[in-house]
Amino acid sequence: MTDTHAVDHPVEEHAHGSDMKYVVVALILGGLTAIEVALYYVDAGALNAPLLLSLALFKFVLVALYFMHLRYDNKFFTRVFFGGAVLAVAVYLAVLFSFHVWD
Amino acid sequence: MSTDTAHLETAHGAAPGGGGHLTSTGVTNEKMAMWVFLGSECLLFGALISTYLLYHDRAVTGPKPSEIYDIPFTSVSSFVLLMSSLTMVLAVAAMSRGDQRRMRVWLVATAFLGMVFLSGQVYEFTSFVREGMGLTTNVASSSFFVLTGFHGAHVTLGIVMLLSMTGLSLGGRIKERSETVEIAGLYWHFVDVVWIVIFTVVYLLAPGQ
Repeated sequence: MTDTHAVDHPVEEHAHGSDMKYVVVALILGGLTAIEVALYYVDAGALNAPLLLSLALFKFVLVALYFMHLRYDNKFFTRVFFGGAVLAVAVYLAVLFSFHVWD
Repeated sequence: MSTDTAHLETAHGAAPGGGGHLTSTGVTNEKMAMWVFLGSECLLFGALISTYLLYHDRAVTGPKPSEIYDIPFTSVSSFVLLMSSLTMVLAVAAMSRGDQRRMRVWLVATAFLGMVFLSGQVYEFTSFVREGMGLTTNVASSSFFVLTGFHGAHVTLGIVMLLSMTGLSLGGRIKERSETVEIAGLYWHFVDVVWIVIFTVVYLLAPGQ
């Protein structure tokens, strides 16, 4: 059995992005990380936390949609994964608020 | 697998990638299982991150983690892990084109970047212990080491999976099973997204709370 056998029976072809698209997404992720680190040193006052959390959320979604292919894959996977993530955030925010972490 | 057998499997609902049979949901059980597992992992890491947020400023003895963070060093580690997600997705893309040789190159590159990240974590842990902050020094250090240690264990498992996949491919045992590589890729990307949250919440945000 050779590699050409796999070509004879095409492997799963999602409507995935091209390699160049992946590189662009990775560059965006790198740039966003650089902005995050800059925000650590430049005090943005009350905006600091919302900005950092927004950047992290954006990076999270970018990886999930493009690298994990949720943008192109079965929508059920999106519901399962983001369902777990949203449940985790909701449960633990409730816990943290009940312990007055931000008082 | 003969051509006849391949056609028979397709007729009975074989997954396009040969990675398992389609089910009534239209997706393979293996991939579904990985996504459900990753959804549950969100709760595990959510618990560990919350525990750290609860205790990070309640140290009575010894230094707090936030007092001895080396942000430039951790930033580089984070960048390395982000780039490993790029090499992983390129491995999956190569597999989907049937290019196993290139897939192996990207898998090894991903494993290498994972090892660089792990080495950084070992260095960071060692330097923290030298600064006087061990696992049991205070509640903040305990929650920090448990959280980042659990993440490091996940990275280690991911590296084992990637190298195993490379070995299996070299032995010609994952022909047509592109979904196997894709499923391993999902796990690896999850490890990356968890670190995105840890880096922001634990390293960049918590110290200034």
